[in-house]
Amino acid sequence: MNFDLQKNSLRETNSFLQNIDYNRNKREFLIKNPKGLHAICAGLKNNISVTIKGHTGYYCGGMNQKAKITIEGNAGTGLAENMMSGLIHVKGNVSQSAGATAHGGTIIVEGDASSRCGISMKGVDIIIKGSVGHMSAFMAQSGSLLICGDADEALGDSIYEANIYVAGKVVSLGADCIEKKLTTFHIKKINELLKKANIKSLDYKNFRRYGSARKLYNFKIDNASSY
Amino acid sequence: MSSKYFNMCGIVGIFIKNKKLENKLGHYLSIMIDNMSTRGPDSAGFAIYKSLKNLKKYKYSLCISVDEDIKLFELKIKQKFKDINLKQFSDHLVATTSAKPNIFNKYIIDKFSNISIVGYGKSIEIFKQVGNPTEVVKKFKLNNFSGTHGIGHTRMATESAITTNGSHPYSTGEDECLVHNGSLSNHNNLRRILAKKGKKFNSYNDTEVAAGYISDQLSQKNSLKETLLKGLKDLDGFYTFIAGTKNGFAILRDEIACKPAVIAETKDYVAIASEFQAMAHLPNVNTANIYEPKPGVVYAWEIK
Repeated sequence: MNFDLQKNSLRETNSFLQNIDYNRNKREFLIKNPKGLHAICAGLKNNISVTIKGHTGYYCGGMNQKAKITIEGNAGTGLAENMMSGLIHVKGNVSQSAGATAHGGTIIVEGDASSRCGISMKGVDIIIKGSVGHMSAFMAQSGSLLICGDADEALGDSIYEANIYVAGKVVSLGADCIEKKLTTFHIKKINELLKKANIKSLDYKNFRRYGSARKLYNFKIDNASSY
Repeated sequence: MSSKYFNMCGIVGIFIKNKKLENKLGHYLSIMIDNMSTRGPDSAGFAIYKSLKNLKKYKYSLCISVDEDIKLFELKIKQKFKDINLKQFSDHLVATTSAKPNIFNKYIIDKFSNISIVGYGKSIEIFKQVGNPTEVVKKFKLNNFSGTHGIGHTRMATESAITTNGSHPYSTGEDECLVHNGSLSNHNNLRRILAKKGKKFNSYNDTEVAAGYISDQLSQKNSLKETLLKGLKDLDGFYTFIAGTKNGFAILRDEIACKPAVIAETKDYVAIASEFQAMAHLPNVNTANIYEPKPGVVYAWEIK
């Protein structure tokens, strides 16, 4: 079934996709002419598959549960914001704050991600085949961010807990983010993520792992002057 | 001030590379502004740069307030400047004359308190007005304009009043203009410093100070790129700026980069907007090179 956002309204399209019945057999959908509109496929909650042909605006696939969304283009700010489960696959680049506060599911980006990718992530797996902008994984709490390219300034700034794996160069690490040892657990995790995104050119040996030094967890009187 | 929060104000710009498309400039820009009216429904404005050929005379873009009798003003100014040519666009007049800015501007400021000079130069024409951007571009018939590059703004007022003087673009020097999405925190101090050097300001708006700062730097023979890089140190706050001169335009985002911007470049044009949807109508945009300007990096284009 096809939607054309030149003809169908965004609300009508989203509302239809949000209310797919369990009994419905038709579970594959196509959206044409997204024209950079905001909140396309926000709030989907069923295991359906949607392909968007073109570039999307803000908050595409926000709050997603179970659905598989493929974007054949670039995505704007806040892709998959607060996603709970499901898969969002972007064939182009993504703008700022991709996967912000996302609790679960997987985001795969074929191109680059801009600043603050995975900000405050809470359990999502994010796989970026290109590079990420500055302050990625800012205040990240849980989940994994795998970056096949480079990372700009202040990676993992004020990180609580989360796994960051980078194959390329890291311009600088943010406050309380340090390089950590690649243990068996993490080797397994990297392999799992590479497999998910069908990446064959890299293996776990290409990656370095970064995480929390856990020094900002509690207030320390010695640090009072730096607050 | 333009905006304190994420979605407030929209900025757009388009630079034509393929000369054949110069007559489409107004058409492209009007739809870009229209598409950004959701980000700033309070007022809108735009600057158009006309082709650089045969530009001997000066053009003054004047905004005439409702309190001024426009016919009477036309009579008076035609007596004062014999070679003047006036073109009316809604409540704006574009006056073309060989009179130099120091003489013409002083005359207007001294004699007509209800008329504001929104921009002047050999290439630039500026129009701005309160109201919904869709209506504003219709009022000025932006659709019909041609030129080499243009810049537009849609404003959501948060801190200062909704007036023409509070609308963008701001122009504080010959053929210069600036639009801004963001807000500055050290503008009062900077205004004092610039005022001491003799710069005049018409509002309490932060963007006007940034425009004054850029004019000041450009007058010291710095390039637009150098000026904006220096601005990274001197302008405190958050911003995405698009600054125009008669030779081209440039974009800069502050180093935190919480204000959005996206650039689409093809062999025919360079388009900049707060959101991609502002340029979704441009020809071949889906195959354009689309990217986001990095924080603290100046991207500039010049007419060759």
